[in-house]
Amino acid sequence: MDTNGAAFNAIEVSRHYRMGEAVVRAVDNLSLEIKCGEYVALLGASGSGKSTLLNLLAGLDRPTSGAIFANGRDLSTMSGEELARHRNQTIGIVFQAFHLLPKMTLEENVELPLRLGETPRAERPARVREALDRVLLTARRTHHPSQLSGGEQQRAAIARALVNRPSILLADEPTGNLDTRTGEEILQLIEGLHHPSGAGAADAAGATEGMTVVLVTHEQALAERFADRIVTISDGRIEREERR
Amino acid sequence: MKARDLAELASRNLREAVLRNTLTTLGIAVGVASLVAMLSLGVGLQAFASRRLERTGLFDSIYVRPRQSDARPRGGAGGFGRQQNTDENAAGASTEIRPLDEAARKEIEGLPGVIEVYSEVHFTAEASLGDHGQLTTVAGLPASASSNDAFEDMEGHFFSSPDASEVILREELAESLADAANIQPAALIGKTLALRFPQRQQRPAQITGGAPQHPAGFTGGAQPAPPVSAPTLPAHGEGSTLNNSSNSSKPNSPNAASSIDMGMGFSIVPTEKDFTVVGIVVSGDPGVGPGGFGGSNAYIPLKVAEQLAPVQGSDLREVMDEASASGAGGVRYATLTLRTDGPASVAFVEATIKQMGFSTFSLLDVTRNLARLFYVLDILLGIFGSLALAVASLGIINTLVMAILERRREIGVLKALGASNRDVRRLFFIEAAAMGFVGGVFGVGLGWAIGRAINFVTAFFFRRQGLPPLDIWSVPLWLVFWAIVFAVLVSLAAGIVPASRAARLDPVDALRYE
Repeated sequence: MDTNGAAFNAIEVSRHYRMGEAVVRAVDNLSLEIKCGEYVALLGASGSGKSTLLNLLAGLDRPTSGAIFANGRDLSTMSGEELARHRNQTIGIVFQAFHLLPKMTLEENVELPLRLGETPRAERPARVREALDRVLLTARRTHHPSQLSGGEQQRAAIARALVNRPSILLADEPTGNLDTRTGEEILQLIEGLHHPSGAGAADAAGATEGMTVVLVTHEQALAERFADRIVTISDGRIEREERR
Repeated sequence: MKARDLAELASRNLREAVLRNTLTTLGIAVGVASLVAMLSLGVGLQAFASRRLERTGLFDSIYVRPRQSDARPRGGAGGFGRQQNTDENAAGASTEIRPLDEAARKEIEGLPGVIEVYSEVHFTAEASLGDHGQLTTVAGLPASASSNDAFEDMEGHFFSSPDASEVILREELAESLADAANIQPAALIGKTLALRFPQRQQRPAQITGGAPQHPAGFTGGAQPAPPVSAPTLPAHGEGSTLNNSSNSSKPNSPNAASSIDMGMGFSIVPTEKDFTVVGIVVSGDPGVGPGGFGGSNAYIPLKVAEQLAPVQGSDLREVMDEASASGAGGVRYATLTLRTDGPASVAFVEATIKQMGFSTFSLLDVTRNLARLFYVLDILLGIFGSLALAVASLGIINTLVMAILERRREIGVLKALGASNRDVRRLFFIEAAAMGFVGGVFGVGLGWAIGRAINFVTAFFFRRQGLPPLDIWSVPLWLVFWAIVFAVLVSLAAGIVPASRAARLDPVDALRYE
């Protein structure tokens, strides 16, 4: 299958869970292609399977059937080590609950992917500063997550996702724990990563050009406002696709 | 992830749960301390026993005697007739019996590893202090015997020189003599003790028609001859002769007619010599050994004893021994004792001497069995000591399992950010190893302190019993090193299950965990 130009290509992907006698079809025979540099919003109600699909795209989970290609490589053929490297180098992930490590300072949290990716020590301070600059948190670098607001924590999580300069950003309900205004700020920030010259660009220097963004959200208005394409998912299947 | 980054993360994680990790580490330290204390006790006891045994000289000594002819009855003097069976079987087809003469002695002295060769002198004498005398046994001691344990806490001192006319008494004889003289035993030191003993005197060569001369302790070469009335003192094996020096002895009776003619190549003359008491052996018998001079109650320098030429049991055997009687002339020893530079040299020297055509006996096998016994003791002590470490390892498992539960979400985050299963597993292993290492270091220190306490209590107890303090505890460097390595290995083993569980965690489940 030709996967040229596709950041992701999911082909008849299913992810079923067995819960006692019942089988939960979280993702059911779903096919989806996401082009490089595209901003796609996965829209759906809670339990529709959109987060499961995001985990499959991230390589955090493996499909029950079907295949997923990321940048042309079949994730199902990758070893655990290769998948880990894929997550570290190619993908940045932002979670609804931020998932910053509470005992680490911001710069230590942001440095973590660099440690995991074995980036030379000498390069790390500059890379961390660059990432924190982009989310306007340089002044808070020595603070712990508990000393930050929700919006600041999510910006720190975005800095952590960006520090390895990935080509793809996967955001799972990044505004879910934030108020409307802060949530909009975060999405503006992500928009700036997708379109570095756009309104949300914090710093053009070293910015990731044309980052592919996959946003999982249940808020249609936000999806319509920022995404190039909206894929509505229901019961693990694509219900509707809308290109904007 | 690189090792340094893993170590930094592990260090941070250990510091975050400082109380729990400290308690776990303390558990390991107690386990290692128990192991170190037990093993150092075993090592100390072994070293103590080896030191004591080495100082007896038994384990670096070899007893040499000529091979016996088949016609000769077994089990002669020297007390190792049973051993000689083996030796003779190993002797090969040679039927010619090599005499244990001066040439053989020189050859044995020249063997690598041999530091001393001496003959054995053990005789009966009457010890007199003034008018009070009593029959006792006297043995000649080589200078090297000064390192014997029995002289460690003796009253007085060892012989001032190898040819001093000095005597050391065992406590039983000293008490007996002191009782008779109505003085304290310690007051004997410095007093003159006269030893009366039967002296063996060679017949002049011109009378015996070229009969060989026989210093004390030598056998062979005796020939029937009429008794003589003017005995001459024998020449010593090394060429020295008794004369009017400090070692000179006088025939007990000026009338030479009191000598007994043995009808062989020598006469027996009652002789007396004065010795200065220089020491009293309080405990132990410095003369115990398979050489057969154990149980003596008085000791004089071996060189002096040789020069005195007292009549010994071997002389009587010589009278009865037809084979010896028909032998050629020259110096012949009944037995020779040799000391090697350590027990390790015994096997080689013993084999070489057997090849030379002599019978040998040593306590080498006893040494080996002793080493085996201590290995078993060490293993048993090690097992008991390891029990505490095994319990401590359960603490490590518990701590790490708790850490997995607490850090479940953190593990999920690490995996989402690019940590592989291997990274997570290594992280937990490093944490386990760090606890093991720190616990091992503290445990060795604690074990050392326990050992010192054992030594202190033991010394205190011994002093109260009026005994010299013993050093029964020792922590060699290899024990320090291996105790720490063992603690780390046990900790790593304890971390296998928790680390594997952590590595296998599903990141999606872990991230959902609250």
